[in-house]
Amino acid sequence: MRPEILNNGYGFGAKALFAIVRIVSRRSLPDAAKLTFYRPDFYGSPAKEFTHQAMRGPSAWSVGERELMAAYVSKQNESPFCVGAHTSTAAQALGDEPMVAGVLSDLDTAPIAEPLRATLRMLGKLTREHTVDADDMRELRSQGVTRAQIEDALAVCFAFNVTNRLADAFDFSMLTPAGFDSGAAVLLKRGYH
Amino acid sequence: MTSTPAPDKHGMLEALTARVVDGEGRASRTARRAAFDNTETTEPSRTLIGKVARHPTTVADHDITAARDAGLSEDQIFELVVCAAVGQSARQYQAALSALSATDDEG
Repeated sequence: MRPEILNNGYGFGAKALFAIVRIVSRRSLPDAAKLTFYRPDFYGSPAKEFTHQAMRGPSAWSVGERELMAAYVSKQNESPFCVGAHTSTAAQALGDEPMVAGVLSDLDTAPIAEPLRATLRMLGKLTREHTVDADDMRELRSQGVTRAQIEDALAVCFAFNVTNRLADAFDFSMLTPAGFDSGAAVLLKRGYH
Repeated sequence: MTSTPAPDKHGMLEALTARVVDGEGRASRTARRAAFDNTETTEPSRTLIGKVARHPTTVADHDITAARDAGLSEDQIFELVVCAAVGQSARQYQAALSALSATDDEG
């Protein structure tokens, strides 16, 4: 990562945790997780709690659908680390890797329910163009998407618009496909906190 | 039987924002607010913050090096990047919530 302090500026407890993870899993902790241990009171702790609620808290959207939103937002931002991480997590959660790949390659023809498609379309516009308007929301509501569902989707979008930017700016190291699959299993078992 | 109310995600987001901008930090609150708002005018911070906010895939090693060479510590760079990322994402979130609220009174 950059700047260098994000590689070597951790306290004793965090360094010990990183070592244990490396010994037990035979993999280094991914940079996305490592970052949250750097001065956690400043960003990592409140960010983890928010992201956990957005991704694993009560919602009409399933965990898999929210992971798909995370992958889709990351794809719009062209953030390769997060695309890799959340494509794998969505595929594991939904048990349908071809469907996840279809959403990321062509949302219009992907085999998903229309309310989810409309929601992803709105999140894509918000991410690419930095804004949406009332007509975009009317379209969602005409598809039967509730206000609570829209708010929940916007929380996912916020979390990954932040994380995508940090992944790019701090230059998170890419993982192998097996590394992303391993990380996805941990995210599905333990969540984000 | 009573159920525990779900944590308020909007309140958690506001708390995150308040923490990174107004809480204790190594960069001044003024600098963190400018990074959050993407209104920094002094180079090279202006370029780094602007890239994080609007074109994050273009951030490069030389942007970080330039900020350090200008006298910012690595902790200050860390904070300003976080503020820029949270700020842009919060503006998008608020824009979408405003659009959503505009449809609340419609059948």
